[in-house]
Amino acid sequence: MKIIREIYGRSDYAIIGALVEARTRVLDLGCGEGELLAWLKENKAVDGRGVELTGARVQRAIARGVSVYQGDLESALDDYPDRAFDYVILSQTLQETRDPRRVLRGMLRIGRRAIVAFPNFGHWRVRLAHLWTGRAPKTGLFPYDWYDSPNIHFLTVLDFEALAQKENWRVEHRIFLAGRRQENAMLNPPVLIFLAGRRQVRLLPNLMGEVAVFLVSNGAVKS
Amino acid sequence: MMTEASTTFEKLDLDCGVALSPVEVAYETYGALNAEKTNAILVLHAFSGDAHAGGEGGWWENMIGPGKAFDTHQYFVICSNVLGGCRGTTGPSSINPETGCPWAMSFPAITIADMVRLQKMLIDQLGIARLLAVVGGSMGGMQALEWAVTYPEQVAAALPIAATARHSAQQIAFNEVGRQAIMADPDWNGGNYYGGKPPARGLAVARMVGHITYMSDQSMREKFGRRLRAPDQFEVESYLQYRGSKFVDRFDANSYLYITRAMDSFDLTQRGALPSLFEGIRTRFLVISFTSDWLYPSYQSLEIVSALRSRNCDVAYCNLTSHYGHDAFLVEVEEQTELLRGFLASTFREASRKA
Repeated sequence: MKIIREIYGRSDYAIIGALVEARTRVLDLGCGEGELLAWLKENKAVDGRGVELTGARVQRAIARGVSVYQGDLESALDDYPDRAFDYVILSQTLQETRDPRRVLRGMLRIGRRAIVAFPNFGHWRVRLAHLWTGRAPKTGLFPYDWYDSPNIHFLTVLDFEALAQKENWRVEHRIFLAGRRQENAMLNPPVLIFLAGRRQVRLLPNLMGEVAVFLVSNGAVKS
Repeated sequence: MMTEASTTFEKLDLDCGVALSPVEVAYETYGALNAEKTNAILVLHAFSGDAHAGGEGGWWENMIGPGKAFDTHQYFVICSNVLGGCRGTTGPSSINPETGCPWAMSFPAITIADMVRLQKMLIDQLGIARLLAVVGGSMGGMQALEWAVTYPEQVAAALPIAATARHSAQQIAFNEVGRQAIMADPDWNGGNYYGGKPPARGLAVARMVGHITYMSDQSMREKFGRRLRAPDQFEVESYLQYRGSKFVDRFDANSYLYITRAMDSFDLTQRGALPSLFEGIRTRFLVISFTSDWLYPSYQSLEIVSALRSRNCDVAYCNLTSHYGHDAFLVEVEEQTELLRGFLASTFREASRKA
């Protein structure tokens, strides 16, 4: 497949693919055109569902054979029964949700595990941009002006860890990525553009990591 | 490959308690049934449709055929005229064998469930144990829902398009206007007009009202605007009159009364809360609504989708952008084709894998 590109020995899908066990039930929130779900279905035999707001993307996802619900992900969570999924994936959208804690709680209500990927506001480039310009930071990862940004919450790796601790979620995996995105990534879906072409960061993740991927489960409930 | 056929069943037990006997069903098929009998799709027509779905002049001709949404190279497509209809299947205009006269208003009350029960008999007779899909728009979508709830094991996928689990007061109201228009026509004569003059004016008015509800403000504005057909006649008036008079040639007024009643009385929630009806159903769903459809608004589709999701059923839902109103399910071919083709292909793959 053209859209699977091996970078630093790992394909884009492999990042999430490695976290998802085969033959499980997966819900992808903000699934775009359903590429990830289609890949997981094909390669990991998962039973996949998606939620996506944009009609054109929903159409292409359904045309791809993926069962996608057209709706707002924040309200969509409420309909599903408890423990309906093994994994609930939220990529690059947490910082855009109105009530991120409610979203995360909802994900861990309907799923045994949640996979959350978000841009790290604690990255050194963001810190420098803020320090030097004295204005709302604009970087490759946060390219927007303050008035047209879809991001309404700014969180760092440490912020997420703190919330996880407070909510008693168990962080089972953390992956931090950095490096430039591919410029010619038009073919890739948003989730993969987001993860693609980055290298893994192991040292000082809150400073060096641009993207954080967390696999969390609900510590309070035995799974 | 297209086949026109009809078959007769000895009797059909109706919800009202009456056993209707005999019952004839007119149907058409397109494409060929595969050896494993796993590629059959039952297409369900809307209120005024008939068994002629595909082929020249078919009401879904742009969706059924080689390379189309329902690709007849791959699938075996079946469409039958509904119970109570007037296009080959037993209805009020059929002869009551006991009297030798048309049933007229002595025809027993029918329901959507009765229509589906009759379709099930047809599918059984064709030797098909499990349908790949049941699909229909409007009243056809209501039948698709009925199929999925009543015979979930016999349906791999259900596709209710621009449909509802129950009519709203507004939908019932428009149907009632149609019924009153027919019954107010002196030619209706208590339903006994066969062999004489049918209630053409009443039926035409009923159809005109129907057509208004199938369009949208925008589509009417674009199609007619305030253009004049004659110095004292708007384009839209002439259009509605034309559609009304054409309808009289092919539709029976008593069928209008019986079928609209069946639609109005349809209410899945009478059998239990929607989520409980979908409990444990393994049928895949593709639910489609249209943004400008004010007769079957998207909230009605969402009610179904919400219930399915609350039971973790496999459901895809799309609210397609269209300005054609309720008519969109007949008109929006390209977008529906994209959706249906992929959805059917993946359903077929999975069904074949499991088989």
